[in-house]
Amino acid sequence: MNAIEVRDVHKVYRRYGRRKHFGTLKSALLSGGVLRQMRPDEVLQALNGVSFDVAAGRTFGIIGRNGSGKSTMLKLIAGIGKPTSGIVRVNGRVSALIELGAGFHPEISGRENVFINGMMLGLTKREIARRFDEIVSFAELEPFIDAPVKTYSSGMYMRLGFAVAINVDPDVLLVDEVLAVGDEAFTHKCLDKFAEFRRRGRTVLLVTHALDLVTRFCDDALWLDAGTARAHGDPKRVIDAYLMDVAAAEDAGLSNPKSQIPNPKPQEEGPDQPADLFKASEGRWGSREVEITAVEFLARDGRPAHVFQSGDPVQIRMRVRAAAPVTDFAFGIAIFTVEGVCCYGTNTHIEGAAPDELSGDGEVTLSIDRLDLVAGTYKVDVAVHRQNGAPYDYHRLLYTLRVASSVKDTGIFRPPHRWTCSGGIRISGLHS
Amino acid sequence: MLANLKQLFRYRALIQSLVARELNARYRGSLLGFFWSFVNPLLLLLIYTFIFTVVMPGVRGAGLEPFSLFMFCGILPWTWFSSSLLESSNVLIAGGNLIRKVLFPAEVLPIVTVLAGLVHFLFGLPILAAFFLYYRVPLTATDLLWLPLVIAIQLILTLGLALMVSALTVHFRDLRDLLANLMTLWFFATPIVYPLSQAPERVRRLLNFNPFTHLAVAYQQVLFVPGPFEQWPRLLAIGAASVMVLVLGYVVFDRLRDTLAEEV
Repeated sequence: MNAIEVRDVHKVYRRYGRRKHFGTLKSALLSGGVLRQMRPDEVLQALNGVSFDVAAGRTFGIIGRNGSGKSTMLKLIAGIGKPTSGIVRVNGRVSALIELGAGFHPEISGRENVFINGMMLGLTKREIARRFDEIVSFAELEPFIDAPVKTYSSGMYMRLGFAVAINVDPDVLLVDEVLAVGDEAFTHKCLDKFAEFRRRGRTVLLVTHALDLVTRFCDDALWLDAGTARAHGDPKRVIDAYLMDVAAAEDAGLSNPKSQIPNPKPQEEGPDQPADLFKASEGRWGSREVEITAVEFLARDGRPAHVFQSGDPVQIRMRVRAAAPVTDFAFGIAIFTVEGVCCYGTNTHIEGAAPDELSGDGEVTLSIDRLDLVAGTYKVDVAVHRQNGAPYDYHRLLYTLRVASSVKDTGIFRPPHRWTCSGGIRISGLHS
Repeated sequence: MLANLKQLFRYRALIQSLVARELNARYRGSLLGFFWSFVNPLLLLLIYTFIFTVVMPGVRGAGLEPFSLFMFCGILPWTWFSSSLLESSNVLIAGGNLIRKVLFPAEVLPIVTVLAGLVHFLFGLPILAAFFLYYRVPLTATDLLWLPLVIAIQLILTLGLALMVSALTVHFRDLRDLLANLMTLWFFATPIVYPLSQAPERVRRLLNFNPFTHLAVAYQQVLFVPGPFEQWPRLLAIGAASVMVLVLGYVVFDRLRDTLAEEV
């Protein structure tokens, strides 16, 4: 059974000009028609034919850039708005964590607010009374529950709002980015609550920018882009596609439209080359006798990707083209953290390779069997240069790859490792 | 629309709690607290009493002694009526965050405003009774039986107008300022600080189009004017009209319902 069904949903927001407002008020009053004659000044297509199903008991993530229609979709499912066309069907009681404590009145006590907020979310007075203690203890507000809400800190306010909304005990829970606010401990508590929800076979719909949450919790994911569904299905695949798109957009934003690589005039060790390579910022320089025309990161399955699990194999492939045959050349690749720390750098010359000839087009691939880096964003340098280091084409920090990991270890390098214990130590949950 | 009405009925406990909250929160932190319910109309009364008994004593109609008591019979319900409408014009905009973020019937908000006004009005009635005692004006017991009906009709009328005003101001913000001025005009176009009988014939015919005229007259007749209440056919007619206003108000609100979350 489907908990949520969305069929070809369109949503159009209209803006009306001030002047028009007055004119229409007049004509509306005179002719009796209320809103018929209104003509919008500006139309915003927030959703453009989106369809998907969420099976009961699944956790479903919606990702996408700001303004892609995620929150609009959530509001339509919550019933706060109506689609311009199409069908949104929800089976069961819905609770939406869109803004926590949205209905709280600052002057009255937390206790009264719990009751009023709960009733707004559709509980009866008796149901709230029954769950009251649970709500208060979840929010950890026992000592303050009779104080006016205006005396609460923003964290207390949110905790109370969350506690009420989650205790509505919905069949379908809609969550919009509320976990982004709140301290570590509370976030964990919320995540535990979601996990409990999943165990009890409830449906959760999550709208978030926290992609790791989607990978960890969601059974399915939907990528919305400018009001249309770009990808739908396995979260890892959807997130990969999304991140590749984001990276492509970032790269495109960085430089000229041609092939995403900046293309300054070829120079023989011109002034563009920074004195200290390790303090350099991104850029491109070199004489261009040999050019790097494209760079790709390939995942295990040979497909281009930008996101890799820590420990996955990765291939860095560059396509090069020599205008005229050269005999003095070397290929280099280096990986940096976003802070600019070099994680690893190598080239064919250091590794003892002797060049014979490079002519026409070719491909060079560096295969890394295990990308043993901790989770984070990394920048990659690629270069082709003479053996003395004089660059033909140097691409500095122009390529981004992300490493994802379910383990929150720190540092840069993650050596393949395992824990072993002996003696009176009993410990479980560590993968060996 | 029927489904929406049914849903509204399910939210009656919320309405009740919100009215209590409204009354609670409004006066929390103010020194005189609930007394403001009485003080506001009393101050208004004091001003008009000063004008009509000290500044221009000749203006007021004959046979309406004590005149301040006569005025009070109209001012008290008028305060409820006008404050309800003025607050309704702002209630959805002020509660915009709620409407955009929480799914609940938005008509709850204007309804709560009107009902909170009703409670204030009811709290004012003992003061009115005290005035009657003070001036030793006898109340007619059989007339008083009409009072609940008059109040009920005013409630229905106010609810209908409040629903309409609250939804329309979301789309036409100018209505808020328009309404503030309109209410002043409406006050003087209602026989509250003067008796209807004193108005010239032509004006009176105009005043008869004002539904609140009949309500004010009914209050005055029931409370102030001795003798049995004879205006009841007119009252019932106004009652029927008020029901129509309520239906119309709800239809307008229901039509605009889906646009509220986007426009506030």
